[in-house]
Amino acid sequence: MNAAVFGTRVDRLEDPQLLRGMGRFVDDIRFPGMLEAAFVRSPHGHAAIRSLDKRAALALPRVHAVLAREDLLPHLRNERLVVGLPSSSYKQDLNRPALAIGEVVYVGEPVAIVVAEDRYIAEDAAALVEVDYDPLPAVADCRAALAPGAPVVHRGAPHNLLAEFRMGYGDADAAFAKAAHVFRESLWQHRGGSHSIECRGAVASYDAIDDRLTLWSSTQMPHQAMRQLCDMLGRDENQVRVVTPDVGGGFGPKLVFYPEDVVTALAAMIVGRPVKWIEDRREHFVASTQERDQYWEVEIAVDREARILGIRGSIIHDHGAYTARGVNLPHNSAETVPLQYEVPAYSMNVKVVLTNKIPVTPVRGAGHPQGTFAMERLLDRVARELKIDRAEVRRRNLIPASKMPYTTQLKARGGMAVVLDSGDYPKCQEDALARGGWTDFPARQAAARKAGRYIGIGMANFCKGTGRGPFESVTVRIGPSGRVHVYSGAAAMGQSTRTMLAQIVAGQLGGDMGNVSVTTGDTAAIALGIGGSNSRQTVMAGSSAHVAAVKVREKALQIAGHVLEASAQDLEIDGDQVHVKGAPGMKVSLAKIARTVAGTAGYSLPGGIAPGLEATEHMVIDDMTHANGTAVVEVEVDVETGAVELRKFVVVHDCGRIVHPTIVDGQIIGGTAHGIGNALFEWMGFDENAQPVTTTFADYLLVTATEMPHIEVAHHESPSPLNPLGVKGVGECGVIPVAAAVVSAVEDALSPFGVHIAQTPIFPAQIVAMIERAHR
Amino acid sequence: MAESRNITVTVNGKRHEQQVQVRLTLADFLRQQLGLTGTHLGCEHGVCGACTVLLDGNSTRSCLMLAVQAHGHEVATVEGLAPGPDALHPLQEAFRDNHGLQCGFCTPGILMTLVEFLRDNPNPTEQEVRVAISGNLCRCTGYQGIVAAALDAAKRLQTGKGPSA
Repeated sequence: MNAAVFGTRVDRLEDPQLLRGMGRFVDDIRFPGMLEAAFVRSPHGHAAIRSLDKRAALALPRVHAVLAREDLLPHLRNERLVVGLPSSSYKQDLNRPALAIGEVVYVGEPVAIVVAEDRYIAEDAAALVEVDYDPLPAVADCRAALAPGAPVVHRGAPHNLLAEFRMGYGDADAAFAKAAHVFRESLWQHRGGSHSIECRGAVASYDAIDDRLTLWSSTQMPHQAMRQLCDMLGRDENQVRVVTPDVGGGFGPKLVFYPEDVVTALAAMIVGRPVKWIEDRREHFVASTQERDQYWEVEIAVDREARILGIRGSIIHDHGAYTARGVNLPHNSAETVPLQYEVPAYSMNVKVVLTNKIPVTPVRGAGHPQGTFAMERLLDRVARELKIDRAEVRRRNLIPASKMPYTTQLKARGGMAVVLDSGDYPKCQEDALARGGWTDFPARQAAARKAGRYIGIGMANFCKGTGRGPFESVTVRIGPSGRVHVYSGAAAMGQSTRTMLAQIVAGQLGGDMGNVSVTTGDTAAIALGIGGSNSRQTVMAGSSAHVAAVKVREKALQIAGHVLEASAQDLEIDGDQVHVKGAPGMKVSLAKIARTVAGTAGYSLPGGIAPGLEATEHMVIDDMTHANGTAVVEVEVDVETGAVELRKFVVVHDCGRIVHPTIVDGQIIGGTAHGIGNALFEWMGFDENAQPVTTTFADYLLVTATEMPHIEVAHHESPSPLNPLGVKGVGECGVIPVAAAVVSAVEDALSPFGVHIAQTPIFPAQIVAMIERAHR
Repeated sequence: MAESRNITVTVNGKRHEQQVQVRLTLADFLRQQLGLTGTHLGCEHGVCGACTVLLDGNSTRSCLMLAVQAHGHEVATVEGLAPGPDALHPLQEAFRDNHGLQCGFCTPGILMTLVEFLRDNPNPTEQEVRVAISGNLCRCTGYQGIVAAALDAAKRLQTGKGPSA
């Protein structure tokens, strides 16, 4: 390992191009003869389609095509996007169609595509497509959806229950029967959307000479997209290439394969010209998946010393109108509840419920913030009822470092046991409390209250499985130029993936970041790949990159040994040269080494060495490595206006060995900002007809620089034993404890009023109402 | 809707005479007609600030303005910021050194906003920087690296490490 790059704050490979405005995002791609598309979308939460009339749209000059479902059907082997993760809990199969099939089930569902000379004309024409809808009763609330006699989300469906499962272990009811105290909470939790500043987009080009379709898409999972295109279009892997260019933020929804991807691709084939579709923000609000509401009924049983005996309850999870990913979110939520605490018995019933809303799939955090919120709210409740410090209640129940690795009784979605691989959770909490000024806070709070100010402090712990397996693919190759090329199925979307891979590979191959080029997100560059999700890429792609780079290093040294007549262990790689240790003049370049095994017709390779200077690795790691941390936040609440000011924010975090400290800080702080949005600002509203009512950034508030406090981040490093680098994932971690910690702090600030908060987000008007209600 | 006009616009010091559709936005003109794709579109309703350019030196939402309205004016975009292919503007250097960007999509708009701000307020406080960029949305960074970069850039520009824009 070359200490000069791994673990240090090297310049990011991504920055120079992005800073110059020379990045290549999907909307920056432009071909001669390219046409642009707009979609006709459902204006109704639920309606039958009686008829669709394209004549007026087609009569508009410079419109090339209007394609609805029946126009696509002859070209589709399969008209549905079969993407649901496997689970035995499904009661209904509800995969999205490419375009609506006689019925629309959420506002924004694609009904037809219009292809024109430019987007302006395409939108004009889309407005001229006359769709005759017969509105049907829509289901906007997932609780009401379960009521007997409730309207159904899909015509002809038996009910609105998509799936149901129980997660748990031990005898929870017996634990509750013997408990000294039982406390119950009813919680509502909302997440909102991802709102990457770049919306989604797709550019498709069909080459009839090669019979090859290429799709540039802002997808986090290009290999999955390629497989879907192959399946739906009846093409083989050589006939479809998917490329993820620069991506302007992912945050989850871009991991999903969308109707627009396949329809844009097919439109390019039908029209015979390249076609571009770029999602605008209004479309992003109605057509990109979101992560939303869960309603929890949950109770905790503790003994007299506040030690947890059991937790049980139920979750109703809003799934939206279709399955675009699976039951993974509520699975994550339920799994998260007991994760880092010693909970002897646990039982959670999960109902996954359909509504006439945009399909629900992971947004940064992916169900974990909700599970964390539920657990931390319960622990705050225990502390309040038993008059014990909130941190002390947690201290008594956290899994101690002495028990690591700790095999929980939980099962991951693939059936593997959930094992907490490393970490010192109590120490992390202690550090965060010290940095956050927990101990002397009561004195400060008392002084503030005398002055008529309401300050409060809150905390939350979290633990998250990261690095979802089974593998990520990486090829490391040194070409005859001497340059090191890295190809990976990983997909970059702003989290410095290329820099991370280059650091790991350069660490083995000369230490010069400038001599490494990284290609991610191109299915033509590497056969297998999974892509970006689950805080997985540093763990999975990083591990494969490391192993591949070690293999290439060993081979390079072996060949250099032949050339220099030296033993491989006496050689080292420095920049693009291999030289004898202590004798820098005795050297051979990586270029010469690569040429040696590139072969010359009719001549044998030296020393019987196999051809080529490359290695491909798909390191398999099924068990997830668990990152953890603690957030401590201090707030001041204006009891007149309900405004919440974040005065101090500390995150102490453990993601194992750190590849790049600055980038890790950036991930934590960015995730924290997202969590602050979820706690205080972001709400995706729908009316009773499932009509979205927050479809601009004036209605749906993202956190801006003036609301953000300075985030103090500190790192603990408990190397993971599960991978050769000792790394854990970090991309989603920042967001997870935030809502729980902020709500805890606001509740603490308002404790003189006896306010109890059971929801996220909380808005100023709601805070004022809570104070007034508590006063009565 | 095919009505068009001839306009003359100077972009990053280069004069362009072009025929444009009257309804073409300045952002689409820059991106599509001039191929300057560094100016990004994040919301097209004037909130996110990704499309911010300078019009006669003043920060402007290029998504809320028509190309014809730029007739006779000077536009500066992110592509014109660096002094050359081998060097970055001090503001760009500060963004690189302070991790002021992750995905980089909001970055051009924030850079152009800060060019104007640091010109008018060369020695700002942190709070002033936060207010200055409060019209720019970033989903990646939590703004901390951006604020640090802006303050660092102010120092670099004052010590004359590079050209002032």
